[in-house]
Amino acid sequence: MKYEEKLENVAVLGAAGKMGSGILYLTATEMVRQKFNPANKNRQFVLYAMDTSHEALSKLMAYIKQQAIKYAEKNILTLREIYRQREDLIDNEQIIIEYADELLRIIRPVIRIESAFDSKIVFEAISENPELKVELMSKINDNNKNKPWFFTNTSAIPISWLDQHARLNGRIMGVHFYNPPAVQKLLEVVKTENTRPELSYFVTDYIKSIGKMFVPSYDVAGFIGNGYFMRDILYAEQLINELQNDEFSYPETVYMVNKVSQDFLIRPMGIFQLVDYVGIDVVQFIMSVMQPHVEKENIQSELIDIHLNNAVKGGQFADGTQKDGFFRYEKGKIEAIFDPGKKRYISVSEVSEKCDEYLGPLPEGWSPWKKLVHRPDKDELLKKYFSQLLASNSPGTVMAKSYLQRFKEIGSDLVKNKVAFKFDDVNAVLIYGFHHAYGPVNDYF
Amino acid sequence: MKLRRKVYMVAGYNTISMGTGRSEFHPQKPRPSLEEYIKEAGEQVLEQIGGAAHVDECVISNFIAARYNKQANLAAFFPYIDKGLTHKPCVRVEGACATGGLGLATGIKSILAETADVVLVVGVEVQNSVKAVYGADILAAAGWYKERKAGHAHFFPGKFSDRAGAYFEAYGREKTRKAMARWYRNAIENARLCPTAQEFENKTDDLEKLALTEPNPRTFVDHFNVYDCSKVSDGASAIAIVSEEGLKRCGIDKKDAIEVAGLGQAEYDLTLPPENPLRLATTQAAFKKAMAMAGITKQQLSTVECHDCFTIAAVLAVEALGFAGPGEGPDFILKGHTARDGKTPFNTTGGLIGWGHPTGATGVHQAVTIWEQLTQKAGNAQISISSEKPYALSVNMGGDDKTLVAVVYKKT
Repeated sequence: MKYEEKLENVAVLGAAGKMGSGILYLTATEMVRQKFNPANKNRQFVLYAMDTSHEALSKLMAYIKQQAIKYAEKNILTLREIYRQREDLIDNEQIIIEYADELLRIIRPVIRIESAFDSKIVFEAISENPELKVELMSKINDNNKNKPWFFTNTSAIPISWLDQHARLNGRIMGVHFYNPPAVQKLLEVVKTENTRPELSYFVTDYIKSIGKMFVPSYDVAGFIGNGYFMRDILYAEQLINELQNDEFSYPETVYMVNKVSQDFLIRPMGIFQLVDYVGIDVVQFIMSVMQPHVEKENIQSELIDIHLNNAVKGGQFADGTQKDGFFRYEKGKIEAIFDPGKKRYISVSEVSEKCDEYLGPLPEGWSPWKKLVHRPDKDELLKKYFSQLLASNSPGTVMAKSYLQRFKEIGSDLVKNKVAFKFDDVNAVLIYGFHHAYGPVNDYF
Repeated sequence: MKLRRKVYMVAGYNTISMGTGRSEFHPQKPRPSLEEYIKEAGEQVLEQIGGAAHVDECVISNFIAARYNKQANLAAFFPYIDKGLTHKPCVRVEGACATGGLGLATGIKSILAETADVVLVVGVEVQNSVKAVYGADILAAAGWYKERKAGHAHFFPGKFSDRAGAYFEAYGREKTRKAMARWYRNAIENARLCPTAQEFENKTDDLEKLALTEPNPRTFVDHFNVYDCSKVSDGASAIAIVSEEGLKRCGIDKKDAIEVAGLGQAEYDLTLPPENPLRLATTQAAFKKAMAMAGITKQQLSTVECHDCFTIAAVLAVEALGFAGPGEGPDFILKGHTARDGKTPFNTTGGLIGWGHPTGATGVHQAVTIWEQLTQKAGNAQISISSEKPYALSVNMGGDDKTLVAVVYKKT
């Protein structure tokens, strides 16, 4: 079956969620792209946006419209060409509105799973609940005569486990978008030994056409992204425990480890800020999903559990602003740190002076991630910076060095343990998925 | 034609040219509205001329608030500026980006017709109300609507980019691009001397290098980068046009006034393409009329405000105004003759590219700049005005060389 034929009827499960909405939007843009091809003039494209709440679906449609308009505004030159023959469309504004309408006309917001019984492709983007994923996918599969292909967005559950339990007979593949899918360039794709090759061909074309890139991963729980991220969190927790032994208060340790992981390591955000961004509850869920599949390692964080026990969850509001988590934020900046002992937030100003003094200054040649990451001479600057960092022995640089050492180990282990195919793939995930300025496998340290 | 009565301009005022580049500007935050700009500029002129009671007539220059701000009937904002303007004759004029110039011409004609001794002219445009992609639709109304469909998404940049392409083809790309970059640098450096300019806070070190960024036709037009274009601006400019009697009524010393020495207007068929894309023929026609009325030569001009909506428009204007022969505009600019310390300084507060281009206000802004220069009120942007060259010129262009207003001014 041809690529565009497979795209004729697609369902996105969990479409109103953060990941689902992005996948829905990107797939809708791809369908419109196909519609623009004169060869597909008479082809109908239908995209089911499936979720459980009418209210959420209503908000989803508003989001999709907004995204479609933004896309059309940005691509107005191309769209004017595409609509060249439409004499009724003259102004940019008319063209932009027409594009958004065309995209919205493809989407059917629905709450009944039966809608997917005619779909040829199902994108699954519900919460990381293995049993629920299996239940929904097997139900669709059992009732769908098209023998649909399933692309799951799971970032944790082995694909072969889902394949086996939902009885999909190799018609499943991991297609893991990064958050938010509409913006992030990278996807991780996961084939099992049983995945049918035609799925892989389709995914390659689809990812290319929506303007993204992908990294393949072995079918191991957590894959490359969470395989790295969960272990990075666990190492940060280990550093916190060591610092607490040195008689620092808990908020002081969180402040310092976060600062070292952000500033000394020149990352876009500190490790605990990243956990807040993803959601503390989401992180716990991923760890719990990964744990049964990683027998030799303990993928569990007491620190994460303590916060959740105090109903501190992080994550984001619908408008994209950050909820309280390890930190409380004011206009996107960290202003207080949660202290589980006192069950309240402690102002950063109460701890920063002592901690900054203890950590010592940033090594010479440092520049913040934001300034460095797009510079053409980034490699040279990083080399110089890390050589200064390696030569320094302040508590901050010592902690940074051990953090970097662990970073490198995690990266190497992902290849050694056959999670990633090669070092370059690990680096690509860190650079394009996590927006780091450098990957764990490098010549800097 | 000769002016049959003495006409002066006094009491000029410019608001800030607001938009990207100004630290006060944030696209998502509230900004002054159309009527606030009108009020600020109008009030400041009234204060300098002794109040609304001295005004006989008012002219408001606005290109297209009906689309940018969903507002028409703008003449009725004059009593909002000051209750003392209630029941005075007021009119709104429009001629695309030459709207400000038409406001000046209308005011001048009221004085000549002796229906007024004091005319308050306010030019205004508030364009940041929509994103640039929609602003392009609105500004396209300065061209023939039937050409819109075939036109570029960025309609006017597209039109002038085509002129630039033809110019490159005829006279060489490299030197012309360098001259366009030099023009940009001069504009920004001049704007840095004028606190109301949109580029006043521009801190770029190597302006010419920036301006030489290669155009990217996939995201914009074929022959321009964004630095070749004037920005989207909100702002208002106002000035009083008065007779000898008006000067006395307002209690303004003649040394604080400039005299209108010549006025030239010209129009070209909106439905026709330019006869020759390498020339601004209508600009030249208006210029010649104004200079003939003033009875002077260009050597007597101490400064010129030209309509540099795009850098190539400046190159073409230098040629249309006779400062350089066909194809020699780039040399003239590259030799520094248009710089503030050159033979004839152009656009001494940045022009459209540096100061800003709130379309309906631009022609008035040009007059205010010249009033400031000829009366020694230009602050840090002041250039030296020699007694041998007591004249100055402004040229305001609407559309692609369609509606033109040129004014020659004289130091009193």
